[in-house]
Amino acid sequence: MSNTQRKAVSLISGGLDSMLATRVILDQGVHVEGINFYTGFCVEGHTHAIRAKDRKKAKRNNALWVAEQLGIKLHIIDVIEEYKDVLLNPVHGYGRNMNPCLDCKIFMVNKAQAWAWMEENQFDFIITGEVIGQRPKSQRRETMPLIARESGADDRLLRPLCAKNLPPTLPEREGWIDREAMYDFHGRTRKPQMALAESFGFTEYSQPAGGCCFLTDKSYSNKLVDLWQARGERNYDLDDIMLLKVGRHLRPAPHYKIIVSREEGENHYLSGYRNEFISLETRSHNGPIALLDGVPDEKDIELAASIVARYSQGRDADQVRVEVRMQNGNCRELTVKPLAPSDIISAWHV
Amino acid sequence: MSESKLDARRLLCPMPVIKTQDRIKNLQPGDQLEVTCTDPGALNDIPSWCRIHGHEVISTHTEGREITIMIRVM
Repeated sequence: MSNTQRKAVSLISGGLDSMLATRVILDQGVHVEGINFYTGFCVEGHTHAIRAKDRKKAKRNNALWVAEQLGIKLHIIDVIEEYKDVLLNPVHGYGRNMNPCLDCKIFMVNKAQAWAWMEENQFDFIITGEVIGQRPKSQRRETMPLIARESGADDRLLRPLCAKNLPPTLPEREGWIDREAMYDFHGRTRKPQMALAESFGFTEYSQPAGGCCFLTDKSYSNKLVDLWQARGERNYDLDDIMLLKVGRHLRPAPHYKIIVSREEGENHYLSGYRNEFISLETRSHNGPIALLDGVPDEKDIELAASIVARYSQGRDADQVRVEVRMQNGNCRELTVKPLAPSDIISAWHV
Repeated sequence: MSESKLDARRLLCPMPVIKTQDRIKNLQPGDQLEVTCTDPGALNDIPSWCRIHGHEVISTHTEGREITIMIRVM
């Protein structure tokens, strides 16, 4: 082993694998700092912040929590703009939904590398919590060298949890770390990770079922594709992708969509967009706030009002008063009959 | 030593943390930063970020939906 303390930057997602990989390298006497990339599609935090029913859950960013448990610094980098190209033009295609997992991993390792080699940072290598066979799109035997090569990290990319199943990397060959202290995990089983966590005394950790990205979610992906189809172009901004996480989305016609809040937290969140969208709110009864996205005409607004009334406490009333607020603040009221549940066509639900 | 303010209202985590991190990068030890947010997650995340980077949270204050966090840069 060399006497110089080496420096590694670890991609911290907030999940168990990157937490373990980091701890393995810390135990080698390496100085490790974490890096976490915010794409806008990260599951972390947002839905908890938006939905009132989730307010009782621990409101923490798991990447930060992991860093604190490990006693390392964490740098969170906003990559929302740069990530668009990864999502819109994935060289290696999509997974089951709109998840460009392989391109995403290459992108993140590349970004980590660019950060790590910067003159003020001067890190020696990069670590990830990848395990061969763990994920069907991005973590396969054949993708491991591809990620290393296409990211530009090459043999400075070390995967401590499965390093023994891969050719020795520079940190191993140079003796910066002991290859024998690395692991040979493979496959989809989580048992080796859980056993290692136990040996480290980690009793609490996050293991989100679909990973940490909304793009692996079928319903979310459908809404994203619907948005692109309606606009006639594949593009988005942060507000677009945030709004896809909120409320019921109904599209009665190609030229407009209704986003109806489901509860108080979403009401509050959607009300923050009332200067950007036509908004509807029931006045005679308690009920949701809805935004109209697109170019609805007067008949569309009336239909939207009757849909909003259907989701209000006046759903069984003969008439419900609904306030229509334009983006410029001008308001008027419509009196509508709530749409019967059977009249809400299932194909409207995005 | 300077005092400055950061308006992170309506931003959802981790954006308030990122904005705080980026602002503090340009401040000097001893400077104070007051961050105002509306995402309740910030009440955990910004102090957590401060702890791991060695900055001091002087106070946190919640009024209605607004959270104010005062940080001393170390």
